[in-house]
Amino acid sequence: MTVIGERTAYISGLGQSAVGRNLGRTEMSLTVEAITNAVADAGLRLSDIDGLVTYPTGGSGTAHGGFGGPSPAAVQDALGLELDFYSGSSDGAAQLQALVNACMAIATGLARHVVVFRTVTEATAQGGGGRRGIGAGTAAVDGAFQYILPFGAVSAACWLAPLARYHMDTFGLAREQLGQLAVVSRANAQLNPRALMRGRTLTLDDYLESRMIATPLCLFDCDIPCDGATALVVSHVDTVADCPHVPVQVNALGTASRGRPSWDQWEDLATFPGRGPAAHMWERTELTAADVDSAHIYDGFSIITTLWLEALGFCGTGEAGAFLDGGKRISRDGELPLNTDGGQLSGGRLHGFGHLHEAALQLRGDAGDRQLPTQPEVSVVTNGAGSTVGCALLTRGLT
Amino acid sequence: MTARTSVGSVLPLRVKPFLDADNTAFWTGGADGRLMIHRCRGCGTWFHPPAPVCRACGSLEVGAEQASGRGVVASYTVNVQPWIPGAEPYIIAWVELAEQPNLRLTTNLVDIEGEDVVLGSPVEVVFEQHPDGDVWYPLFRPVDGSGK
Repeated sequence: MTVIGERTAYISGLGQSAVGRNLGRTEMSLTVEAITNAVADAGLRLSDIDGLVTYPTGGSGTAHGGFGGPSPAAVQDALGLELDFYSGSSDGAAQLQALVNACMAIATGLARHVVVFRTVTEATAQGGGGRRGIGAGTAAVDGAFQYILPFGAVSAACWLAPLARYHMDTFGLAREQLGQLAVVSRANAQLNPRALMRGRTLTLDDYLESRMIATPLCLFDCDIPCDGATALVVSHVDTVADCPHVPVQVNALGTASRGRPSWDQWEDLATFPGRGPAAHMWERTELTAADVDSAHIYDGFSIITTLWLEALGFCGTGEAGAFLDGGKRISRDGELPLNTDGGQLSGGRLHGFGHLHEAALQLRGDAGDRQLPTQPEVSVVTNGAGSTVGCALLTRGLT
Repeated sequence: MTARTSVGSVLPLRVKPFLDADNTAFWTGGADGRLMIHRCRGCGTWFHPPAPVCRACGSLEVGAEQASGRGVVASYTVNVQPWIPGAEPYIIAWVELAEQPNLRLTTNLVDIEGEDVVLGSPVEVVFEQHPDGDVWYPLFRPVDGSGK
């Protein structure tokens, strides 16, 4: 019998900071706001927290592009925490590795109440300028990047656009179908007070007429840099009696890396490395894709979401175009409500943690104006693409 | 919009690799017009990026060999966003080399316009030398008659 140790853990608290563009706040200020909100939401005090985990770690704050917030050590020191477990890394199952580390700390007994946080200040870091290419100003590159960056492939847009081109040319994926992800996300954002694009509608025509970034991906296929922090408290299930609201259990994690962990060397151009963690997750649960009530699928670029839909088995390889056609299926009242907070395409690039937060909020039934009309019991969360991928299945209540 | 597609004009200045024992053959083979790709001397498998071990059989008896320089466009994008201000637009491609399925390089296509690129079309290597003179970037152009 396989041990499913992640079911020892549940999400006991959720918190976010303000989310916006150019908030002009420090990464620590946003982080502290999110963490204190999450700890209070869990009915706990900071003195109850004995674990602290983030993705990635310090060193990529506002002065360096705003991709990452403070390190666990900096946050521990700021909040005066006493910790039995701490971790920060960009390796592993994408941003979800932070959740994985929290679950492992709880399953091993290293900690009982672990704060998991992710902070971005990319909007403030970019200021009025556009996004810079990866490696800009670098004297020399090594590792896998040396075979990509010299050819001007300096953004994930350039690494993913060829997969979109392949899907279009091989399977007939149409821009009108891919664009449904942008349109439906924008509609969902209208119900989320924190969404960057609340108050700004987007039609399919707007999408089709928008400027190209890297063909066939246009502006609205790309997420929006923002400032914001998200935090969760992940606790041991034996504390559930103290939880002031519906617990959200980690039913199964998908952490596998199967095939080449690469943006450009993954063997099958019809798929992508998310196939590994998706298969791994389904191997660890009796639930199936048919049981999923809401999906919170990474959308740094729309084509990533498309490839995850196929990887998770919501449709077959090459069938995502038909699945997305018309947008009805992925809408709030469709068979698979998707990115109900507006995702990163319209909510803001909280970099995977927005998806995690929204999945848990919907499962609790605490999503306010945007709570789904039918209470979800099972939700899937995915993060990443290319060399960094992971996913998780969450359930309402403990099993 | 016409893409920048002449050798030497695609990007204003290419970032350079840090040369080491594993990658020097790949990045300098262009000095002799040779596309140097790592291959296992045990099982014969080609692989990229270069590494000191065969990813198919684990043999350490590996090294760079001259590849044909021929391949096909596995996929591509016309990059329009000015990540590198003034460089856009340019074509980024994944070229599958003729030697083996999925033996693939990220590269730029030259001597062809973005709207004329077709998946599966044949291409051949052409090298661009860094102004410092110590690194040669493998780019690809249509095989005669396949482009415009």
